[in-house]
Amino acid sequence: MRKVYLDHNATTPVHPEVKGAIAPFLSEMFGNPSSIHWAGRGVRKAVEDARQEIAAFFGCQPLEIVFTSSGTESDNLAIKGIAYRKGNAGKHMITSAVEHPAVINTCKFLEAQGYRVTYAPVNRQGIVEPDSVRRAIAKDTILVSIMHANNETGCIMPVAEIGRIAREAGVLMHTDAVQAAGKIPIDWKELPADLLTFSGHKVNGLKGIGGLIARKGIEMEAVLHGGHQERGRRGGTENVMGIVAMGKAFSLLREGMTEEVRETRRLRDKFEKALFERIPDLVLNGHPTERLPNTVNISFRFVEGEAMLLNLDMVGIACSSGSACTSGSLEASPILMAMGADPVDAQGALRFSLGRGNTDEEIEYAVDATEVIVDKLRAMSPLFRREAKAR
Amino acid sequence: MKKRILAAMSGGVDSSVAALLLQREGFEVIGISMDLYDFSTVTRNRPGTCCSLDDLYDARRVCDLMGIPYYVLNLRDEFRREVIDPFVKEYSSGRTPNPCILCNEYLKFRALLRKADELGAEGVATGHYAVIRRGEKGKCRLFASPDASKDQSYFLYSLDSERLERIRFPVGGMMKSEVRRIAVEAGLPVFEKKESQDVCFVTDDSYTAFLSRKGIQEKEGHFVDRKGNILGEHRGILRYTVGQRKGLGIAAKEPLYVVAIDAERNEVILGREDETLATGAIVARTSFVAGAPPASEFGATVKVRYRHPGVPAAIRFEGGKLSVRFDAPQRSVTPGQALVLYDGNEVLGGGWIECASV
Repeated sequence: MRKVYLDHNATTPVHPEVKGAIAPFLSEMFGNPSSIHWAGRGVRKAVEDARQEIAAFFGCQPLEIVFTSSGTESDNLAIKGIAYRKGNAGKHMITSAVEHPAVINTCKFLEAQGYRVTYAPVNRQGIVEPDSVRRAIAKDTILVSIMHANNETGCIMPVAEIGRIAREAGVLMHTDAVQAAGKIPIDWKELPADLLTFSGHKVNGLKGIGGLIARKGIEMEAVLHGGHQERGRRGGTENVMGIVAMGKAFSLLREGMTEEVRETRRLRDKFEKALFERIPDLVLNGHPTERLPNTVNISFRFVEGEAMLLNLDMVGIACSSGSACTSGSLEASPILMAMGADPVDAQGALRFSLGRGNTDEEIEYAVDATEVIVDKLRAMSPLFRREAKAR
Repeated sequence: MKKRILAAMSGGVDSSVAALLLQREGFEVIGISMDLYDFSTVTRNRPGTCCSLDDLYDARRVCDLMGIPYYVLNLRDEFRREVIDPFVKEYSSGRTPNPCILCNEYLKFRALLRKADELGAEGVATGHYAVIRRGEKGKCRLFASPDASKDQSYFLYSLDSERLERIRFPVGGMMKSEVRRIAVEAGLPVFEKKESQDVCFVTDDSYTAFLSRKGIQEKEGHFVDRKGNILGEHRGILRYTVGQRKGLGIAAKEPLYVVAIDAERNEVILGREDETLATGAIVARTSFVAGAPPASEFGATVKVRYRHPGVPAAIRFEGGKLSVRFDAPQRSVTPGQALVLYDGNEVLGGGWIECASV
């Protein structure tokens, strides 16, 4: 069966050069970076080289980076780390209604611990309006956490403006940039933020590695207490292979990002245009332009996203729909609901996210297959038949 | 091209072997489970329900072993609409409903057949113990399993020939021991998913707590005898079911049983043991495997609940309802339960008990 991967916001394939870079760490480079002897020294150097590559990508200082196990852990470290350290100064935080569960559920956990959290709404296009953050700031606000770009819709949030608002009010600003990093330019020197989350497997690195940039001087409580690794901010022997892979992945992006992004955008635009031209009754979820160059989220009216997703899977096309329950089944996306989408449309939403390696031919195959499946499912849909009759 | 079929999987040995047998027969099998309820609200471990999170894990592993795709389908809306809401309504009208039959009728063999259409599959297979015989001209007939201790035909009476045509019970004609042997030989796990005795979505210890969350308030009222004499106070009709003896909290010379529940008057009617016997029943919302009853008057063996051994009865079909007269009086004929008609091993059809006749 032909296989087309259009789910790069979920994860990405490992870059061949990344694979090459980690090979020595499966054999002779096995040392513990904390060891003083020869076996540790070379490995320690590789970890710090990777830190430097990533710092160069974001424009931050190497020592501002803390390696973690994932984007989720980075979000936990940023939010809990600040909450626990600054809890005496205030117990209020601001985030948005469309954050990743790593942020939302960390905030919910803190609410149960006596913190107050304001969930800023999004507009119909899925964007957090800076004014709603400004209005939510209270005397005891200690942190604003707004994602850089949304995972489901690709909407790019005005984080610079929100960061300025936070800064004026003397409040720390965190942004979850897991989806944005590598897809749109991020310049830490220009960004008025204090904490930024990124991860390895969304940029053709490995799973199980993430990082947090914490501006120099920011004090956070550790979430994982243990050894002195990461200067006491995150205990546990370093995931050396993950760190090396992530360093390589970001250094490749630094060299080729603009070109790669341009190609991905061209294919995404071609895909989106073809779908809207050939299939009637589609709804674009998210902002038409303020959006990641690789993402398109579409509701296919009169059909369920679940049926679409399974049928696409059966012809080899990987994409995603809504959000998964604990069971692995699909439910209407809370993100689309927060945008005020029609609940029926939200059920019929699919996210296609492109990335490195996708080709024109794959896009054409995916468009053809999608058209056939939509036609087939609509022919079975009583809703569609009723609507067609009414026209 | 291979014919595609959906196999409803619980992770248990029966549905796993069912899927395996179809794969051996040459079908392209797609494993599926239904997500019917938000089990994240379940605090207590509940083995023996149809579809807990652990069961989904087991089902996924079986599909991995077989090398077939596995999907969990979200049918929470349908389940709420077709099973939970009617369950609540039935309870509050003094009946003791059987949600498993509704789940078979509306979820397994209606919603899943629709999913089969959507996924380009010719039908649905399950691990039920019952036998479908495919006759000429596409007429299908339904029979009890030869393994009487496993027979589930009672729960399947509402399937008609047209739907049976698209349904398969690959282990339905086997003995349980044989099914287990096939699983062992194939290296499949032989989890025994206990036949669910509890209602799967009542996730804490009491029905009353569940029903009160659904907005059904308990109201105290009178225990009365057949003549209407007040015998005491009950704590709300939801707590009682026909045939019940324990937990009434009434002192009497001889043991008292619940013989009926009158929701309108909020009364629970008690009587002696012999008063729990019914000579017949009125059965509504009927359906027949063949599409129609064999005659307007006929004889059949009837079962008034799962595990009921069955009793011969004279039946009259009139105005869409069955009027059933048992050859011998039966205990605990409970409104809200299904009455199923058999001719020997063959399932003719059935319906819902509206009231017992004394």
